[in-house]
Amino acid sequence: MSTKTESRFGTPELLFGLSVAVLVIVVAVPMLLIFFNAFWVDGHFNVTDVVKVLRHPETYMALWNSLVLSVGVTITGTIVGTFFAWLVTRTDLPFKKTMKLLFLVPFMLPAFIGALAWKMLLSPRAGYINRFFMDVLGFDNPIFDIYTYAGIILVETMYLFPFVFIQVSGALERMDPTLEESARISGADLFTITRKITIPLVLPSILSGALLIMLYSMAHFGTVAVLGIETGIYNIPTLIYEKIHQSAGSFASIRTATVLATVLVITAAIILWLQNRVLSKGRYQIIAGKSFRPAELKLRGLRVPLFIFCLAYIGFTIVLPTATIFMVGGLKTYGLPFVSENLTFANYNHILFEWDLTRDAIWNSISLGLSSALITMFAGVIISYVIVKMKVRGKGILEFLGMLPFSVPGSVIALGVILAWSGKFGINIYNTVWIILLAYIARYMAFSLKANSAALEQVHDSLVEAARASGATMGQALRDIVVPLVRPGMIAAFFLIFLPALRELTVSVLLYGPTTRTIGVAIYTLNEDGETVYSAALAGIALIIIVLGELLIKRLVTSKNNS
Amino acid sequence: MAYIELNQVTKRFGSVTAVDRLDLQIAKGECVAMLGPSGCGKTTTLRMVAGFEDLDDGEIRAGETLLSSKREKYYLPPEQRNFGMVFQAFAVWPHLSVFENVAFPLRIRKLPKAEIIARTEEALKHTNLLQFAAGSPDDLSGGGKQRVALARALAIRPDVMLLDEPLSSLDPHFREEMRFEIKDLQRRFGFSILYVTHDQSEAMALSDRILVMRAGVVQQVGTPLEVYGSPANRFVFEFIGLSCFLKAGLTPSGMQIAGNDYAWPNGIAPSTEIIASGRGLLAARPTEIDFVGEGGVRGHVISKAYLGETIDYRVMVGETEVRVQKTRRVPGPAVGQSIGLNFPHPHWYPVD
Repeated sequence: MSTKTESRFGTPELLFGLSVAVLVIVVAVPMLLIFFNAFWVDGHFNVTDVVKVLRHPETYMALWNSLVLSVGVTITGTIVGTFFAWLVTRTDLPFKKTMKLLFLVPFMLPAFIGALAWKMLLSPRAGYINRFFMDVLGFDNPIFDIYTYAGIILVETMYLFPFVFIQVSGALERMDPTLEESARISGADLFTITRKITIPLVLPSILSGALLIMLYSMAHFGTVAVLGIETGIYNIPTLIYEKIHQSAGSFASIRTATVLATVLVITAAIILWLQNRVLSKGRYQIIAGKSFRPAELKLRGLRVPLFIFCLAYIGFTIVLPTATIFMVGGLKTYGLPFVSENLTFANYNHILFEWDLTRDAIWNSISLGLSSALITMFAGVIISYVIVKMKVRGKGILEFLGMLPFSVPGSVIALGVILAWSGKFGINIYNTVWIILLAYIARYMAFSLKANSAALEQVHDSLVEAARASGATMGQALRDIVVPLVRPGMIAAFFLIFLPALRELTVSVLLYGPTTRTIGVAIYTLNEDGETVYSAALAGIALIIIVLGELLIKRLVTSKNNS
Repeated sequence: MAYIELNQVTKRFGSVTAVDRLDLQIAKGECVAMLGPSGCGKTTTLRMVAGFEDLDDGEIRAGETLLSSKREKYYLPPEQRNFGMVFQAFAVWPHLSVFENVAFPLRIRKLPKAEIIARTEEALKHTNLLQFAAGSPDDLSGGGKQRVALARALAIRPDVMLLDEPLSSLDPHFREEMRFEIKDLQRRFGFSILYVTHDQSEAMALSDRILVMRAGVVQQVGTPLEVYGSPANRFVFEFIGLSCFLKAGLTPSGMQIAGNDYAWPNGIAPSTEIIASGRGLLAARPTEIDFVGEGGVRGHVISKAYLGETIDYRVMVGETEVRVQKTRRVPGPAVGQSIGLNFPHPHWYPVD
C-alpha cells in the first residue's frame, strides 16, 4: 500500500514543482528584477529616485503621450466598433455576413505594417497621397500629416476597433430579441429602442471592448515607432526601446526603462481590473433561449449610402494600405510613380532568395513561432491540468504567474528577460535566439493557459470516473477520454501563439542581435535604415504568410469541428 | 361580436407552410388559447397578430381597424397596435428598475407625469409588486419577473393581451398561482386574451375557447369541454388528456378485436364511412374504461402501479396494451388476472 500511495502523491507534486519552476524562470524572475531595478538603488529601497526619473521631461512626456494616444484610440475605436457592430447585426445592410467578416480582417494585419503603408501614403513630403494633392492638384501644403497625434490615433483605430466590434456584435447576436420586441409592443419605435434598450443592455460589452483597446494601445509599440519617432512623439514602449538601444546598457537608462515598465504594468493591471469588474458586475443576463430573428432596422434611403460607406471604409483601411505595401515593395526605387516600367519582382526575389538578412528573418520567425507555440502548448496543458484538476496546495500561485504576462506588455517582458538572462545569474543568452524564445514563451503562456483550462474545465471529473468504472486505468482514461476532449483546446492554443509570434515586433525589437532578426524586426529596421522598398516587400511577404496561416487555421478548425 | 378577426391567415417559411389559411374570431373579453406541439405554428400566428411577422395571405383586423393585410400590403407596426404582450423568457429589462420597466410604455406615450406614476403604481399593485418597485427585476424570481412583464403589459390598459407561453419558464408551483392571477386580472380589466401554450391543462384552465393546431392547420376550435369531450380527430384526442387506442375490424353489425367478435361498445357504432372501410380505432380515456368480470373486451392485467389517488393498470388485449385508471377506493383485478373491459364513452376514428 505504501508504495502506491507515495507514487500517487508524488506525481501531482512533481508536476506542480515542474510547473512552478517553468513559470518562475520565464515569468517571475524577470518581473521581479524589473521592480528590483526600479526601486532598489545602491543597496537600499529608494522612491525619491523613482520620482526624479518620472519628473524628467522625456519620461513624463512619454507617459502623457501614452495616455493621450490610448484615450484617443479608445474613443474613436469604440465609436467605430460599436457603429459597425450595430450595422451588421441590427439593420438590413446588404451582405451583412460578408461585411462582418471583412470588419474582422484588420485583426489579422499587424498594425505596424499598416503604419508603414500609411507613412508611404501620408507622410507630409513623400507620401503618395500628399504628393498627388500637391503636385497634381496644386495644393500648397500636404492635406494630412501622418506624423502627428491625429495620424497615430487614426492608424491605431483602424487596427484596434475590432476589439469593440467583436464584443458588441457578439452581445447583440446573443441578446434575447424579445427584450427589444417587448419594447416595440410597448409602443417604442426602433430608434427609441436602440437608444433606450439595446445600447444600455450592451453597454458592458462596449466598455469591456473599449478597455481592451486601451490596454492594447497603451502598450503598443509598432505604430508609434513608425509614425511618432520622426517628430519626437514617444510613448512608454517606444521610449523603453530607445533607452535600451541607445544606451548600450548604461545604468541610468536601464533604470528609466524599468521605471517606465513599472508604470506600464500598473496601468495595465488597473485597466484589466476595471475590465474584470465591468464583466462580472455589469453583464446583464440577456442571452436568448429560443428565439426568432430580431427585427431589423430598415435603413431605407440610407441603406445604399451606408453600404457604400462600409465598402469605402474597408477599401480605405484594408485594401489601400495592403495594395500600397505590395506596390511599393515592387518599386525599383522608393518615390517613383506607380507605372509599369518602375515595377519589378526583383525586390521580392532578392529578399526571398538572395539576401541573408531577410532570409534569416523569415527563418527565425517561423522557427521561433513553431517552437514557442509547441513548448507553450505542452507546458500550458500540464500547468492548466494542475490548476484545474489537481488538488494541490498553492496552485493559486501558478494561476497568478501564468496569467500575469497577459497583463504585462511585451516591452516589459522583453526588458525583464534582458535583466535576468544577460549574465546576472551566470547565464548570458543576450543576442541569441534563445532569449527571444524565452520571452515568447513568457508572453504567450497566458494564451495557452486560457485555451487549455477552458478545454479542461469542459472535461467533468465524472467522465474520467465513468471510464475508471468501466475498467480503464488512470492512464487509459487520460489517453482515451481526456486527451481527445482537450485536443481542440491544444490546437487552438498552438495557433493562438504561432500566428501572433510570426508577426511579433514589440518583444523581438528589444532582444534581437545581428543574426536574430525576426520578420517584424527586419521590416522595422529596414524601414528605419531607409530601405523602404525592401521593407515593403518583406511586409508583403509577411502579409501573405499571415493570411495563408489564418486560412489554414480556419480550414483545420472547421474540419476538426465537422469530424 | 368578434373583436380580433383573423381571415385566411397564411404564413410560409421557404417551402414550409407554418400557418395555413387560419380563421379565428375573438370576442371582447374572451380568452382563446392556441394549443399544439412545438412547431405547429401557434407562436407564428401570435406574432402575426402582434405585428412581428408579415402575412403571406389573408388579413387580421381589430374591431374596425385593419392590422395586417396581404392584399392591401398594409402592416400596422407592432408599436402602434396598442396590445399588451408577455413573452416566455420574461423580457424584462435588467438595466431598468421594476418601476421603470412598467412605466416604459407610458413614457413612450408621453403621458403626463402624474398619470404615469398613478398608472404604473396601479399596475404594480394589481400584480403585487409595489414593494419591489425600486429594485432591479434581476433580483426577482422567475415568477416575479413574469409579473413585471404582466404589469408592463397592463399599464397601457390594452384591449388585447397576447401571451406567448408566459408560464412555461416558471416552476410548477408558480405556474398555477400565475394562472389564477392572469384570470383574475382579465376579469377585472376585461381585456381579450390570445394565449399560446403547449400545455393542455393550462389551456383548459384559462380559456373560454381552445384552438388546437397541428403543422399549421387548425384541427378544432371549441370550448375546453367540447375539445376534451368530443375531439374532432385522433390527433386532438391524443393531444388533450390521456388516451388509449384499440384497432378493430368492423362489420355492419359489430367489431372484432384480437380475434374475438363483440357488439358495439355501449351500443355506439362508428360512422358509416368508417364501417365501410372495414377497420377503425376504438379510443377511450383511461379513466373512462370499466372492469367487468364477465363479458367486455377480454384481456389480462400485466401490471399495476399506485399513483396515489388512482391506480394505473396495464391490460393486454391481444397484442395491444391498454391503460386503465381507477380510483384506489374500488378493489380492482390482480396482476395476471383475465378481465373484461367496458367502454361507456367510446370514440371512433379511422385507421390512417
